[in-house]
Amino acid sequence: MTDTTPSASQKRRRFPFRVQIEQRIDLPSRLYQFLVSFLALIVALILGGILISMAGGDPFRSYAHIARASFGSTGVLSDTIVKATPLILVGLACTVAFSMRLWNIGAEGQLFMGAFGASTVVLLPILPADTSPWIFIPVMIIAGALAGALWGSIPGLLKAYLNVNEIITSLMLNYVAFAWVNFFIFAVWSEGGFQMSPMFPKTAWLPRLADYAESIPAFRGLTTHLGFIFGLILAFVVWFILYRSKWGYEIRLIGDNPRAAEYAGLNIKRNIILVMMLSGGLAGLAGMSEITGVVHRLQGSISPGYGFTGIIIAWLARLNPFAVVIVSILFGALLLAGREIQPSGIPKMIQGIILVCLIASEFFLRYRVRVIRIGED
Amino acid sequence: MTLSTIPTDLNEPNFVVDMQGIVKRFPGVLANDHVDFELRQGEIHALLGENGAGKSTLMNILAGLYNQDTGVIHVKEQNVSFNSPKDAIDMGIGMVHQHFMLVPTQTVTENILLGLDEPRFRLRLNKYDKKVAQLGNKFGLLVDPSAKIWQLSVGEQQRVEILKMLYRGADIFIMDEPTAVLAPSEIDSLFDNLRTMIHEGKSIIFISHKLQEVMSISDRITVLRKGKVTAEGIETKNTTRQELAKLMVGRDVVFTLDKKVKEAGDIVLSIENVHALNDKGLPALQGVSLGVHSGEVLGLAGVAGNGQRELAQVISGLRNSADGRVLLNGQQISNRPVRSGIDRGVAYIPEDRTHVGSSPNLSVTDNVIMKIYRNPPISKGLAINSAEASSFAEDLKVKYDIIVPTIETPVRLLSGGNLQRVILSRELSGKPSALIAVQPTRGLDVGAIEGVHKLLLEQREAGTAILLISEELEELIALSDRIAVIYEGQIMGIIEDADIETIGLMMTGTKLEEISAPGVG
Repeated sequence: MTDTTPSASQKRRRFPFRVQIEQRIDLPSRLYQFLVSFLALIVALILGGILISMAGGDPFRSYAHIARASFGSTGVLSDTIVKATPLILVGLACTVAFSMRLWNIGAEGQLFMGAFGASTVVLLPILPADTSPWIFIPVMIIAGALAGALWGSIPGLLKAYLNVNEIITSLMLNYVAFAWVNFFIFAVWSEGGFQMSPMFPKTAWLPRLADYAESIPAFRGLTTHLGFIFGLILAFVVWFILYRSKWGYEIRLIGDNPRAAEYAGLNIKRNIILVMMLSGGLAGLAGMSEITGVVHRLQGSISPGYGFTGIIIAWLARLNPFAVVIVSILFGALLLAGREIQPSGIPKMIQGIILVCLIASEFFLRYRVRVIRIGED
Repeated sequence: MTLSTIPTDLNEPNFVVDMQGIVKRFPGVLANDHVDFELRQGEIHALLGENGAGKSTLMNILAGLYNQDTGVIHVKEQNVSFNSPKDAIDMGIGMVHQHFMLVPTQTVTENILLGLDEPRFRLRLNKYDKKVAQLGNKFGLLVDPSAKIWQLSVGEQQRVEILKMLYRGADIFIMDEPTAVLAPSEIDSLFDNLRTMIHEGKSIIFISHKLQEVMSISDRITVLRKGKVTAEGIETKNTTRQELAKLMVGRDVVFTLDKKVKEAGDIVLSIENVHALNDKGLPALQGVSLGVHSGEVLGLAGVAGNGQRELAQVISGLRNSADGRVLLNGQQISNRPVRSGIDRGVAYIPEDRTHVGSSPNLSVTDNVIMKIYRNPPISKGLAINSAEASSFAEDLKVKYDIIVPTIETPVRLLSGGNLQRVILSRELSGKPSALIAVQPTRGLDVGAIEGVHKLLLEQREAGTAILLISEELEELIALSDRIAVIYEGQIMGIIEDADIETIGLMMTGTKLEEISAPGVG
């Protein structure tokens, strides 16, 4: 090695540039952050396009078709919003938990339990079928949120008092929740042996735009229901909690440095339980909104994995509740397009590619990449 | 890889490291501005400078962590360009970082073997435990090879770092502020280790900003200030502390503090026969009793790991005492929620600024309101009044001279001195009746230390009862009205006119009455 040193250094000189990666010691500007995310999205679409053309499709036509199928008319836009509604709610559920670095991946199960809780109001029954919607719907909201919150509190209690990893318990409780709901729709509330409960009375349905078609004809056939409004209101509420309230400050402090939080006199155990309950409650509302706004009965296929998509949504939205709404609508569009695009896996694939690209783009927020001409000062 | 050590002219000193014209830029900072540095075979060469002078940057370049923008490095007569720390280790350069690079859940031996080609697949830990123990014995670096890192004291962890580099066959050692984390007696044994290593033919670069240590351990000194060399390789015996201080900070540093004579008031903080266990469930405090008066600084001296940390935690409520109690103005604050102590006026400057004292990704504002966000005017119903919070943070920023672009900057981007100011501003702004300060100047540069000392003395004049826990004896003697010494969880005695020798004896386990008793001392 001693003798080869000069030639080795010459070899390196053959290529006149070198790339240097440095950790950022300052914060990138908001515009830069936005541009990085936006470019990541473009890169993802390009990569997706390459894969579509490899599968024999025309990427431009496919993308145009996806856009038309989800945003092309008020009708499909309304359907997109219907798909986005549960996503917003579970996205918020995950946002709340993740802000405290509490990895609740049981939103799916909490959604099912929320649906179950809301159903008990009709099916037990707690309220008679001819109750006014003004009473019915608030009671179902409370029942759904409460059931989700209780389901979410189980991993919370286990984490707080026995230090059991919440990832495992919240994940496993999903399967318990599926089995629980299945038991009721197969056995207890089964309608004529089908795996679904009887249809709910109309008084227990969330109002839809189409219900007002008589006075506003433009709403004819639009299925967007009140749950979307819940989602928007709760996005604001969650934003207020996380970024303006004392509780949210505690959540963010515990999430960033639990030891500092303990040092500042915060009650970490209580917050773990409360945050899991809020998270579970939001996911439970997603279940409630699905059964009262869309299918109008308790059944097994109320969610194509909304609870898991919520994890991705919270992450892509960088735990910003308003961004959760936007990302959810995009994901709702991709879900809807899945019906139109063959093979139907394509939108899912695009989702995956977007996620990978956005996560990879974080690199450019943390590091600075410089290209240096060798020999330059 | 074989290295041919080229015998040089006997008159020419043999440079094992020769760095010429090193330039390194960071965004907005010129960290190294045409720095020259030469290390002779078999010497301890101190690299002196304030925090941010560019010492660590220069050494990170030598250790292969950064690439220089321009400049040439020769190691053992070879032109080198390192792309990774591994390249540097292959050339025999080992760096012991200030912040240890160890895996807490693994054992000492596992940490040492990490990343090596040998053992290949089967970890015969017993065999390697013995090897590590042997190596440790040779250099006096005593540590249990099968202990997990998290169980070790900071001093022991540092020994593991040194062993790691010895095990890899390093012969050029870069010690990045090795004494910042050590107790005085540990520093002595570290210095013995370093001298042993020199006798074994190793060469050592000793990064420090402590003049006294540099004077006692080094052969030659290079001083950096603001990225530039202000003195290159001067012989230690031909210089003085004052001269070095001037070279380092560019002005004459006042070593004496302006401490006003003051009558202490009533006892504010009273620690009564406190017993407590440490994290491993062993007794850490065995009947500690101390009283801190208002307007008094009570220093607590002791070698690290003799119960100081646990005592601070018991007072602040972070750790329960097994027996005894702590009273603040007659009200019990031990074995109570942390919050009750905070609300009654206990301020606590923890030893660990980044992991306990602050929340790195939250803004300066969020960090300074950590203890008062529950109280009006910052608390407003369920919400936080962000206008009040911002103006509070702005006030502190001005009053405590926190240098930061905006108060919305996350504190992880702050330098050690500024971060400590954030913590001090939070703790002192609440006008505490008692203040527990643990190593408040650890790792800070001369200017920042001066600032912290001034703030503590101001607080003393304001009538706060201050318990200052430190391992810097000079600091303790300069600031304290009385000094208590703790050893193995017991107080060895309290002295008013402290001299280093007596404290030293007490720190090693001699009770004060045994020293003052005739015929013993």
